[in-house]
Amino acid sequence: MPLYAAFTFTPDLDWTAPEQSATMAEYGRFGEDHGHQIRGGQVLFPSSTATVVRVKGGRGGDVVTSDGPYAETKEVLSGFYLLECADLDEAVKVASEIPATWDGAVEVRPVIPL
Amino acid sequence: MTDRWRPPSTPSVAVRLDDVVRIEGGRILAVLAATTGDLQLAEDSVQDAAITALEVWPQTGVPTDPSAWLYVAARRKALDVLRRDSNRPRHEQRSTTLAGQLQRDPPPDSRIRDDVLRLIFTCCHPSLDLEHRVALALRTLCGLSTAEVARALLVSEATMAKRLVRTKQKIVRAAIPYGIPGDEELPGRIAAVCAVVHLVYTAGHHATGAEVVRTDLCDEGLRLVGLVDELLPGDAMVEALLALLLLTDARRPARLEADGSLVPLPEQDRSLWDRSKIDRGVALLNRSLARSGNVADPYQLQAAIAACHSTAESHASTDWPEIVRLYGILADVHPNPVVDLNAAIAIGEVDGGRCPRPARTSRSARTFAPVARRARRDAASDGRPAGGSGGVRGRRGCGADGAGTSPPRRSAAGMRRAR
Repeated sequence: MPLYAAFTFTPDLDWTAPEQSATMAEYGRFGEDHGHQIRGGQVLFPSSTATVVRVKGGRGGDVVTSDGPYAETKEVLSGFYLLECADLDEAVKVASEIPATWDGAVEVRPVIPL
Repeated sequence: MTDRWRPPSTPSVAVRLDDVVRIEGGRILAVLAATTGDLQLAEDSVQDAAITALEVWPQTGVPTDPSAWLYVAARRKALDVLRRDSNRPRHEQRSTTLAGQLQRDPPPDSRIRDDVLRLIFTCCHPSLDLEHRVALALRTLCGLSTAEVARALLVSEATMAKRLVRTKQKIVRAAIPYGIPGDEELPGRIAAVCAVVHLVYTAGHHATGAEVVRTDLCDEGLRLVGLVDELLPGDAMVEALLALLLLTDARRPARLEADGSLVPLPEQDRSLWDRSKIDRGVALLNRSLARSGNVADPYQLQAAIAACHSTAESHASTDWPEIVRLYGILADVHPNPVVDLNAAIAIGEVDGGRCPRPARTSRSARTFAPVARRARRDAASDGRPAGGSGGVRGRRGCGADGAGTSPPRRSAAGMRRAR
């Protein structure tokens, strides 16, 4: 069965904060409802904790790190699921129940089978 | 005709084969695509089979059942490719399964019809870019060559070839299913199909290239909507789209001067309009409205506007207030600048432009009836439904079959009363 990555794009929030507990409970419910399709996934700390790494000039070049996401955007990558579904229609259906779709978006991408 | 020998390159063989490949090829393609899940493979196989037929038929004569012959040949090609690919273990299993599924004989008609419907839903899947859907529909559902699709959509052949490959790749990689959507998703998916078919037609009706009308694309649009209507009988949106395209297309013979330039609606010779298309369109529109409980979608509204024009005796006697009213509703349901422009033109036709412009209702008032209630006093918008630029002169000719062919105004009245 095809594997899909479902990336959640949401407001840039601290999901460990107590005021997010209601939303996290919704994610918990989603996880229970779709445990048979979820093959993995994680939630991320806010984008302010991110480090961007580049190597200038390709392999062996200078490692350049900078902070944060590339640009100020309303929605940031905040987590992902790996979903095993029969086809895209099923994956979209599951993704549509991820709470991130309510105030953000979920990008569903097929995973290359290796 | 079937067993007669035909010399290699006589036009008759080419035409016959062309017919068979165009009509049957699409069906065979649908079966192979649904069975293998690989549109590219299906396409290549059907194309190979067509080429083989062109080589063989001149020697053997056109077979008694050309489509069965083509199916068997295409199936063989598909199996060849699958076996060639089977050096990888995953593929071996796949090709064995597929070989079993690809029946020796062409599948029964009911199965073919379902597969064609599956292919339509796949090619018009909302996760594909709309323009790419149109290109893919022309290539696979209409059987146009890549070069023809490129010409139709005004891009280079190389660009189109790349676009088609990428689109087909997405179907495979993202596992877009060859399936008929469940009841829950069906309305949205039918809307996606209608959008593609409508674009195919309008690409021909308002062509942007050297020709102002691309007859071939108009015909493909009509053929596609007819096919969808046949496969999904009784769907209000599909019927409305079919009505819209018929009512629009009825005017096609009067739209062009001998030199290929467009004739504005007021100057068109209405006796050239195709009465049978108008009658069918009006009947379908009324049936569609009855089905949707008088809650009109944009296709129904556009079809109703087209019907007002098509059933008017002349440009002057056109029911402009009704057209303005319909544009007012359309602007609420489906706001866009073209609608506003057309509405403005129609308002100009009403009472020398003294008629007030309809006020917009909120977008939440999406249903036809509540909007319609404020109706009559609203005035008019323009009437260039699908294509003309103004007026009309013509016979009133609605009604081939009594029941369903009353002019649309009656339905509109019904819509006003509803709720």
